[in-house]
Amino acid sequence: MIEYVKCKKIVGGVGTGRIVYTKYPLNFLSSVDAHTGVVSDPSHDLMGISLKNSILIFPYAIGSSVGAYSIFALKSYGVAPSGIICTIKVDITTASGCAISDIPLAQTIKGDQLQGLSDNSEAILDANNGSLKINKV
Amino acid sequence: MHLSKEDEKALDGEFGSSLSVAYRILLAIGEATEAEKLVSIKWAHISGVNYNTIGNAGLKFLTEFSKDARVSVQTTLNPMGYDKHKKSIISDEFQNKQTSIVKSYMKMGILPSFSCVPYEIFDMPRKGTHVSFAESSAAIMANSMYGLLTNKESALSALASAITGKAPYSELHNEELRRPTAQVGVDTPLSNELDYGLLGYFAGNAISKSCVSLGCHGKDLNIMKAKSLSAALGTAGSCGMFTQEETNSEKIGFGKKEKDTVRDELNTTDNGDLIALGSPQLGIKELELISKSVVGKKFSKPCMIFCPRAIFNEAFKLGIAQQIENAGGNLICDACTCLTPLITSDEYDGIITNSIKGSYYFNKFNRIPVCLKDLKTILKEHLK
Repeated sequence: MIEYVKCKKIVGGVGTGRIVYTKYPLNFLSSVDAHTGVVSDPSHDLMGISLKNSILIFPYAIGSSVGAYSIFALKSYGVAPSGIICTIKVDITTASGCAISDIPLAQTIKGDQLQGLSDNSEAILDANNGSLKINKV
Repeated sequence: MHLSKEDEKALDGEFGSSLSVAYRILLAIGEATEAEKLVSIKWAHISGVNYNTIGNAGLKFLTEFSKDARVSVQTTLNPMGYDKHKKSIISDEFQNKQTSIVKSYMKMGILPSFSCVPYEIFDMPRKGTHVSFAESSAAIMANSMYGLLTNKESALSALASAITGKAPYSELHNEELRRPTAQVGVDTPLSNELDYGLLGYFAGNAISKSCVSLGCHGKDLNIMKAKSLSAALGTAGSCGMFTQEETNSEKIGFGKKEKDTVRDELNTTDNGDLIALGSPQLGIKELELISKSVVGKKFSKPCMIFCPRAIFNEAFKLGIAQQIENAGGNLICDACTCLTPLITSDEYDGIITNSIKGSYYFNKFNRIPVCLKDLKTILKEHLK
């Protein structure tokens, strides 16, 4: 089943990948391995999950201001998400990190409307046109 | 977000690639925070200095960016990885890469202050001045204690503001949006800086809004409590300001149970083999407090104390630095407890600290367990 979700463009571009969804904020500096793109915080529900080539859907980033460089590092090492969606607010760390890394970034328009997605769903984030196309499995 | 014609030209690359990158960052933030326009700033404070955190990717970016980027306002710098005036375990490779990062920042005209407590060492502008502070604890201190206007910037957004001299006029830059839209009701005694850190960590976790009311616990704070609260608030969440101003929004309770829960999460060992103080770096008042306690005593364990070099120089003139060092305290400048490569799990099995921010990163980043105690207790138990 294909579903379309409207979103607001923050950083333009188009990205394709499997959905990685969490309802918990993420600290890019301390909770994601910059060299592998795998979430490394045992207390986070994404522990052990790779963000590489994914459409990451999460509420917002927390913690260190250096997290923007961590997003850039993910891109530099080829393990970044293909696109990112913030469900509660687009924080400055994520916005600036995506801006220099050319990672499409968008915000859902009606709050956290993406709950319950299967992590195996494939999706296309077209930030330019403000749409997320989900192929639900 | 409205851009002037000059801003548009800069975005299009007419004035160089670095300025174009800077405007691209500001534009994304403007979209994210629904800014209508840019506002001029007087001061930028930059994070992303420590090679341990930004790595080769950050180094490469800064080398390229600094080729044609120059700051247009006073710009100060966060700590780097180590104290270059002290012998240390840091490898030549790390030192060379750290030096390269610092050179890039200095090439851009940034002051090598190496401090996460710029409010302790620089003259503060008058209240209501727009600034752009990246270090999360410093941004929260600037907003909450000094009446400056900044968002909780990222390393890259503050750098973009330093180059352009502008920041998106949104969230905490806008006086009308500096009212609290969330509040924490404190229902347990808060007696020292550690308690305020626990409160900050709880509030950061619980609230996603820009400004939080802490009622009477958000006013008349001494510098130690305010720093601990700000650092923990910034570490745990995205909130950029606390205030005593009341709000009608629903009150989230912080009682003994919540305080114990936070402590249990971050206090991960009963003891440690290193005392680490200074995340944020210590100021002169904190060094004075330590110096009064060390008279005639010695630290029973290795003790690293991190402070800005400007504070060390002041403490040296006052004779305080010598007192602390004679007691075995190792005063380290230009670096910070948090994320320094001087403290690794190869060297230490547990850290004793009063810093919630330090504890968070020791547990999550350095993977070293932490024994949390307030400063007076640490001094009482570990000075013999």
